[in-house]
Amino acid sequence: MPGSRLTPAPSGKALDRVWLAPKPVRMAIVRAQGLGKTYRVADKQPGLAGTLRHFVNRRERTIEAVRDVSFSIEPGEFVGFLGANGAGKTTTLKMLTGLIHPTSGTVEVAGCLPHRRQAAFLGQITLVMGQKQQLIWDLPPLDSLRVNAAVYGIPPAESRRRIAELAEMLELGDELRRPVRKLSLGQRMKAELLAALLHRPAVLFLDEPTLGLDVNAQARVRSFLADYNRRFGATVLLTSHYMADITALCPRVLLIHEGRLFYDGGLETLTQRLAPCREVRLELHEPMGADAFASYGEVEAIEGREVRLLIPRERLTEQVGRLLADLAVVDLSVSDPPIEDIIGRLFHQGALA
Amino acid sequence: MRVALRQRLGHGRRIAAVLLSSQYAYMLEYRAEIVLWALSGVLPFIMLGLWSAVDAGDGLGMSSLQLARYFLAAFVVRQFTIVWVMYTFEEDNLSGRLSPYLLQPLPLVWRYVAAHLSEQATRLPFVAMLVGLFFLLYPAAFWWPSFSSLLLTVLATLAAFALRFLMQFTLTMVCFWSEKASALERLLYLPYLYLSGLVAPLALYPEAVRNVAFWTPFPYMIDVPARILAGEPVAVGQSFAVMAAWAALLLPINLLLWRRGLRHYSAMGA
Repeated sequence: MPGSRLTPAPSGKALDRVWLAPKPVRMAIVRAQGLGKTYRVADKQPGLAGTLRHFVNRRERTIEAVRDVSFSIEPGEFVGFLGANGAGKTTTLKMLTGLIHPTSGTVEVAGCLPHRRQAAFLGQITLVMGQKQQLIWDLPPLDSLRVNAAVYGIPPAESRRRIAELAEMLELGDELRRPVRKLSLGQRMKAELLAALLHRPAVLFLDEPTLGLDVNAQARVRSFLADYNRRFGATVLLTSHYMADITALCPRVLLIHEGRLFYDGGLETLTQRLAPCREVRLELHEPMGADAFASYGEVEAIEGREVRLLIPRERLTEQVGRLLADLAVVDLSVSDPPIEDIIGRLFHQGALA
Repeated sequence: MRVALRQRLGHGRRIAAVLLSSQYAYMLEYRAEIVLWALSGVLPFIMLGLWSAVDAGDGLGMSSLQLARYFLAAFVVRQFTIVWVMYTFEEDNLSGRLSPYLLQPLPLVWRYVAAHLSEQATRLPFVAMLVGLFFLLYPAAFWWPSFSSLLLTVLATLAAFALRFLMQFTLTMVCFWSEKASALERLLYLPYLYLSGLVAPLALYPEAVRNVAFWTPFPYMIDVPARILAGEPVAVGQSFAVMAAWAALLLPINLLLWRRGLRHYSAMGA
C-alpha cells in the first residue's frame, strides 16, 4: 500500500526496511492483505423527537473500521499494535482470530483461514482481552483449567505439568484454588493468561492485557510475556494503552489511525524519526521568562524555576553547553519525549505520511 | 480407523465429564437461587388446587385422584424440561463472553447443554423433597409407577428436554441479529403455557383444540411425559414420532441459522 507508510527520511537509517523486507527462509505466520471491515450502525438523533424519527425512518451509516491493512508477522516476533481508541485495533484482532469476517482482503494465520475456525487453527492461537474473561467466576481457576485441558485434548499429566510451569512463571500459587471472584484484578489477569496459554498456542493476540492493573502487576505481566515469547518462540501481537508495555516488549510496531495502517517498522526508528528533538529539563536558580530561551530551542513549558525545552538532536551538545555556560543552572537532564506525545503528535499531524 | 474413533469417543467423554462436573460445582454455588426457581415452578400445584376446588375434572372424565397424580407428575416433568439457554446466550453475547468461548475447539452448544443438565442435577434433591411433602399432605394420591412406565417417563422427559432445548436454541440464534431476542421466547411462552398441559391436562380440552395441539411440539413437553408417569393411556409411538419430526425439521434450521449468525456476529461489547 504505497503512501501510507512513512517514507524513510533521506538521512534516516531506514531501520524499518529491515522489517519490511521478506526474510528468505521463514514463512510469515500472520499475513493480512488489503484487510478491510465496514460496519453499518444506526444513526439516531438524541431526544424523544430523534427517537421517534429513528423509529419511523431508521437511518444507517456505514463505518469503515478498517481499511486496506496489509502486514505480515514472522514466527517468534513480538509486535505492538498502536492506535487511539476506535482506530480499528480490536476490529483487526477480531478478524485475525476469525471472530468476525473481513469485508475485504484476506487473512491467513498459522496457515489457516481464521474465519473457518477449524480445530487446527483454534488450537494454535489464543486471544486475551483485558476486559473480558473466560474463567468461571464462582469457581477456582483450576476448575476452568481442567475444562480447558479437556477441550484442547491435553492429557491430564501434561496439563498438570504445564499448569505448574506457567503458574511458576506467573508467580501464581494458592490463588488457583480460590474462587475467581475473590481474586484481585492482577491475580485474575494472570489466571486468565494461564487459561489462555494452557494449550501452548503459537500465536498470541493480546488486547490490552494490562488494562487497569497497578504498576507492579503490569510489570509482572510484561516480564511474563517476554519470558513466554522467549521460552516457547511464540508470536505475539499486542495492543496496549500503556507505552511502557510497548517499549519494553515490542521491537516492531504497527501504527493504525482511522482504520489505516500508518506505520510498520521498528519502534526505535519511529521514535528517532518522529522525535527529531530531545527534551531538556532545566532547574534554574531563579525564574526567567520564555524569551530568554528562544535562542536555545523550543520552549515546551515553564513552571517557576523549572523549564522544559525541545532541542534538535544534532544541536543538542552545543546548546546544552551554551545553556550551562550562560545561565545559572541548578540541575539539567536530557530525555526523549514520552512516546505517547510522539504518537499523539503524529496522529495530530495526520498527513505526515 | 477404529483407534481414531475410540480416541475421539474418549476425548468426548472426558470433555463431557469435566464440563458436567465443573458446571455442577458452579450450580451448587447458586443452590439457593435454584431452590427459588424450583419453588417458582409450583404452578401445577396451584392449578391442581383450582381444578379440585371447582370439581371440574369429574364432569370431563378425570377423577380428583387422577388430577392430583397428573399435576404432581407435571411438576416433576416440568422441573427437568426447563430451558433457559436463550437468556444465558443473550447475556454472554452482550457481555462479550461469547468471543473466548467461540475461539475454543468445542461447539458452544455443549457448554449450554452441560449447564442445563448440571442444573437439573442440582434440582433433583429438592424435587424429591417436594414430592415427599406432597404425599405427606395427600397420602391417598400415592402410587408406585411401574418400572417400564418409569423408564418411558425418563425417555420421554429427556426427549422433551432435547426438543425444547432445540426449539429455544433455534430461536436464540436471533440474538445474532437483535439485542433483545428473549422477547420472542416470552411470546412463545403463551402457547407453551396453554398447550403443554401445564395449566390443565390436554384430556380436558375441547377435541378440536386437542387435535391441533398434538401436531404442535407443546403437548410433548409436559402432558405426554406426565401422563405416562401418572399411568394414564398415551399413544407412545405416535408421540415420539411427532417429536422426532419436529427435531428433524428444527435441526437443519438451527444449524443454518447458527452458521449465518456467526457470519453476522460482530463480537458485541468488545
